Amino acid sequence: MIRKRSVFLAAYIVFALLPIYWMVNMSFKTNAEILSSFSVFPQHFTWENYRTIFTDVSWYSGYINSLIYVAINTVIAITVALPAAYAFSRYSFLGDKHVFFWLLTNRMTPPAVFLLPFFQLYSTLGIMDTHLGVALAHLVFNVPLAVWILEGFMSGIPREIDETAYIDGYTFPRFFLTIFLPLIKAGVGVTAFFCFMFSWVELLLARTLTSVNAKPIVATMTRTVSAAGMDWATLAAAGVLTIVPGAIVIWFVRHYIAKGFAMGRV
Amino acid sequence: MNKPVNQKAWWLILPVFLCVAFSAVLPLMTVVNYSVQDIISPERRVFVGTEWFSAVMRDQDLHEALWRQLVFSFSVLLVEIPLGVMLALSMPATGWKASATLVIVALSLLIPWNVVGTIWQIFGRADIGLLGAGLRKLGFDYSYTGNAAHAWVTVLIMDVWHWTPLVALLGYAGLRSIPDAYYQAAQIDGASKLAVFRYIQLPKMRGVLMIAVLLRFMDSFMIYTEPFVLTGGGPGNATTFLSQYLTQKAVGQFDLGPAAAFSLIYFLIILLLCFILYNWMQAVGTADKSEGVHA
Repeated sequence: MIRKRSVFLAAYIVFALLPIYWMVNMSFKTNAEILSSFSVFPQHFTWENYRTIFTDVSWYSGYINSLIYVAINTVIAITVALPAAYAFSRYSFLGDKHVFFWLLTNRMTPPAVFLLPFFQLYSTLGIMDTHLGVALAHLVFNVPLAVWILEGFMSGIPREIDETAYIDGYTFPRFFLTIFLPLIKAGVGVTAFFCFMFSWVELLLARTLTSVNAKPIVATMTRTVSAAGMDWATLAAAGVLTIVPGAIVIWFVRHYIAKGFAMGRV
Repeated sequence: MNKPVNQKAWWLILPVFLCVAFSAVLPLMTVVNYSVQDIISPERRVFVGTEWFSAVMRDQDLHEALWRQLVFSFSVLLVEIPLGVMLALSMPATGWKASATLVIVALSLLIPWNVVGTIWQIFGRADIGLLGAGLRKLGFDYSYTGNAAHAWVTVLIMDVWHWTPLVALLGYAGLRSIPDAYYQAAQIDGASKLAVFRYIQLPKMRGVLMIAVLLRFMDSFMIYTEPFVLTGGGPGNATTFLSQYLTQKAVGQFDLGPAAAFSLIYFLIILLLCFILYNWMQAVGTADKSEGVHA
């Protein structure tokens, strides 16, 4: 049984890595080589594509802008979602089920629908082309997601734990921060990763709401399509670099995901 | 397991409510406003009532796109959910191997969607891409640009590659939250692997799996960037899904009124299907629980 599982896992990992390998492979080739012939390894190995990205302000500032608004977005989303998810998992109140489902419906609107209204609203408020603006716009899909995922984890924690803590004289904020939050670390880790990820890869809203100061990397990438044809090699190099921050994030939250429920702590 | 009634819980919801109202309700109202008007120019608008809605409902191309979309979204669910659960079950629980698999599995999620499409565009080419060239070597006459079925399957496999990790990561985190005591109890009872999965792991994963199913369903229903970059909706209309059809309408013909009406209908379709899925999964879960009590 164990062996069957490892074989399956190994097969999946190969499947997962092949397209990524191809991207890495492309990023060390020149455009001419990519388009002219099939080769499993770069024949004329070059760092040129990475050099372009690291020396051109318009390229690397894209990464910085993306990181800033993604960080703001993740922090806001988790901060507002934690108490809400607790309320949904512990209490029943007027309209709770409807509000819970309504939250998710905000993820169901095709983003293209929101483009024009967002543009008008943000221009009126003067937050076009700011990091805060993009971060707020991305709350549309990240807050409902955060509430849903966190609620799932919180419902898995027995309510007796809350009751015991209140009997022991804990106040709600103290109970929440010192007892409850450590119990759902795994959930917070997963949620943080998903918020990061969805905000990081979103293109339509981020591109529409920014022009120069907060232009994200995903928008910069669309530039590689030009009159001279597609700049495949630079795009591949930029793609490889977009994986890096997310991989670092998952590296940091991996313990929270893997550790899970620490029963012995209470 | 009835939750205590506490209306003050609304105060905990309030921050979320304000955030979402600001960034979702206001824009949505604007769209509703567009959908009932004929916008000839920014200064000249005519109220047309439900005219756009009935026009959209009768649109033959829309029906075809909707049908393609439904088939695609359910195929996505049928492949990705079981695959993701299997992956979650086979990922190691501790040690450096667990960390390494977590990072590797998550990689494909972190690539911006337009890059995903672009990479697969090269990856699938029979002359210069690994997938295309590999399939040719094996004797398949593979061409995602020429053959509608190949294009459709390629988009599906690309989506499976891209999004199965989402199901796997959620399932994995759900599995890790099962206390060891449960497994020990199962071992003492001499439960089989299948029984452990059916009566311990699956019920404990139900919450996160429900999120996974709903997320994959609604996101695949709105899939746009990847097929657009990979196939441009072709060959023919084989991979023109709903959102691409909508964007052709809204951007290509710049018809705000019909496009707004279309998006509202689109939204309502997703809403209805998600509502059915959600309630169905809730019902299955509750039936499970009461069955457990009687047993």
